Amino acid sequence: MRVELSWGERIRRLGPGLAVLVLGAALSFLSDNFFTVSNILNVLRQISVNAIIACGMTMVILTAGIDLSVGSALALGSAVTAGLAVGGTHPLLAILAGLGVGAAIGLVNGLLVTKGNVPAFVATLGTMAIARGLTLVYTGGRPISKLPTLIQKVGTGYLWRIPVPVILMFVIILLVYVFLRHTPYGRYLYAVGSNPEAARFAGIPVHRVLITAYLLTGILSALAGVILIGRLNSAQPTAGQAFEMDAIAAVVLGGTSLAGGQGGVGGTFIGALIIGILENGLNLLKVPSFWQQVAKGVVILGAVLLDRRRK
Amino acid sequence: MPPLVQMQGIVKRFPGVQALSGVDFSLEAGEIHALLGENGAGKSTLMKVLGGLYPPDAGTILLDGEPVTIPTPARASELGIAFIHQELNLARHLTAAENVCLGRPPRRFPGLVDWRAMRETAQKALERVGAHVDPDALVGSLGVGNQQLVEIARALTMKARVLIMDEPTAALTEAEAAKLAEVARSLAAEGVGVVYITHRLEEIFRLCSRVTVLRDGSLVGTYSVAEVTPDFLITRMVGRELTERFPKEQVPIGEPILQVEGLTVPGKCQDVSFTLRRGEILGVAGLMGAGRSEVMRAVAGIDRPSAGRVLLGDKPIPTGSARAAIANGIVMVPEDRRGQGLLTGRPVRENLSVAVLRSLTNFGLIRGSAERNLVDQLIDELEVKTPHREQSINYLSGGNQQKVVLGRWLATEPQVLILDEPTRGIDVGAKAEIYRLMGRLVAQGKGIILVSSDLPEVLGLADRVLVMHQGRVAAELSREEATQEQVMRAATGR
Repeated sequence: MRVELSWGERIRRLGPGLAVLVLGAALSFLSDNFFTVSNILNVLRQISVNAIIACGMTMVILTAGIDLSVGSALALGSAVTAGLAVGGTHPLLAILAGLGVGAAIGLVNGLLVTKGNVPAFVATLGTMAIARGLTLVYTGGRPISKLPTLIQKVGTGYLWRIPVPVILMFVIILLVYVFLRHTPYGRYLYAVGSNPEAARFAGIPVHRVLITAYLLTGILSALAGVILIGRLNSAQPTAGQAFEMDAIAAVVLGGTSLAGGQGGVGGTFIGALIIGILENGLNLLKVPSFWQQVAKGVVILGAVLLDRRRK
Repeated sequence: MPPLVQMQGIVKRFPGVQALSGVDFSLEAGEIHALLGENGAGKSTLMKVLGGLYPPDAGTILLDGEPVTIPTPARASELGIAFIHQELNLARHLTAAENVCLGRPPRRFPGLVDWRAMRETAQKALERVGAHVDPDALVGSLGVGNQQLVEIARALTMKARVLIMDEPTAALTEAEAAKLAEVARSLAAEGVGVVYITHRLEEIFRLCSRVTVLRDGSLVGTYSVAEVTPDFLITRMVGRELTERFPKEQVPIGEPILQVEGLTVPGKCQDVSFTLRRGEILGVAGLMGAGRSEVMRAVAGIDRPSAGRVLLGDKPIPTGSARAAIANGIVMVPEDRRGQGLLTGRPVRENLSVAVLRSLTNFGLIRGSAERNLVDQLIDELEVKTPHREQSINYLSGGNQQKVVLGRWLATEPQVLILDEPTRGIDVGAKAEIYRLMGRLVAQGKGIILVSSDLPEVLGLADRVLVMHQGRVAAELSREEATQEQVMRAATGR
């Protein structure tokens, strides 16, 4: 059976990708420095933290949920990693411990949403504050600096002349893509987001699916945290504030529906790319940073409004 | 005098579907005009064009002989066209009076709502449709029948000249339906033109003066009801002869396959026991709220019973786990297609494969080709009308959606199928297909439990009938014993 999509649908699916091309082409004209290998790698490195968090956010949003605690999970996870590593724990173990902290926060979110029946917005608003507070308690409000080389390498190193964060980002995107498209569990995420009651009838373990989404998001947030502290060579207790907003923006720009059940991680990458290119371009064009925020907001709203109109 | 409404050559396309191909329709003032057709024939679409919900791709609409365009529902109500939808459009948390005046509450200086005038207007309109409803009652607390009357009252206060009712009686009891018919008649007597979309043939003969039949988006014909027979209409509607309304296949009944012992769900059902045999269709009858669906949900592992056992053959199945039930071959096709069955917004493919994804994997990954083969095979076998397997389930007609939901369960190769209201709201043709499918399944030695409020359907198909009353089994009747009277007597607890 041949599968045909209407032209409108094809353009809709290409929409965000087209936006990247248009934005990229425009910036290539406006600035000589934009379309260079080093700048493109630079953009990719800059978006890696957001893109990795947004991969998790995509999974949660596909289930019709939301996770506001990603920035705090990043901060607490990376603070624990930094604290242990500076204290003499092997850096790899320290990283694993940090990811474990992220997983724990995700698990709590998942349990609150499923067993506690708390709306995701409220549950993660609570854990956001708790994890942020614990970060301040753990660090005493001071940055943890002078990290071991291995952790620094995660943020600043290169493999085959490609920045390590960029490689990590693509690996994560690929894994999440395969998970969502080609494993039963990934497809259950869509089913649960589309109609939880029907999913229950179909024998899908709805609670476990939801918990998995939050758990993975917690782990990915902590992983993004390792990249961040590696790049800064320091874990800041205030790191990751408002990161949930950029992650949600990337997911929404990428065409994933906040109502759940529609979208995917490919779009999210494009969404993160749009935000990254925009910030990079505005920097190259020397637009003052206060105005950059305004521009970012306008682009997000513009893109979503266009998408609405097409529907 | 020109007809009240005249629609000429109406064309409407949707992505991948030609919903209407040049349909003519006319409505006289003071008549009740039935619109008949299978699901997906285009009845609702045609009326949505008239109601301003879908702009037509071609064709003209004349009102009193004057051409009009109806781009929005707001324009439709300005023109006096009121649409009572299948799914009621009421604000559940507002009062009946507020709903009757929704969108145009009476005002008083300086722009505040005139609550007293609103209550009076609503009271009058509600009386006119014979609804004994307190204008201050919250709509959500009213029964479906009364909610429907509230909607009609709203249409009246908008001075509707055309009233479109889309399957108004689908969710009503006999008494409520009779009352609605009375209201429709009195409105017609006052000169309102009523369009009545329905699947129930007997209603057409009771109520309507003319009937227009659609099939596959085309006009089959408009007939005077006095000059036609039900069989004639059915043939027109499906385009072929339906030999039997309930094609009951005779298959040998084998050993017991499912045994339910003392099943209790607190507040829902008490100590329910029954047996299902291979090749058997067990009908489950009872009034609304008798606990039929609740028992079955517990059998299928959706809800956890507080006591009782479910045995497949002689092996007890863990209760309270839909997954365990499915793995053991017990599946339930739920009654609320939209709320419990469809994965809305997802393609037909995913809707069909969702319950068997695990069995299609290799090293944890779904094999795309295996999934596509399975899905295409199900689409063929069930004759699902869809342009392709990637079509969003939302765009399929009710009957085809129901086939997809059925297909999802057939893919699990079940031993016991529980069908909860499998034919509610779907047309005669699709019904017959589902009956035939049930025949094929029992012929393969499976057992079917048919929960249905359509008594002729239960009596026509079931080998045995279980009647429930207030959460208990009130009677178990053989095919020979089961008559309409016997079942109703047990169902009402006499």
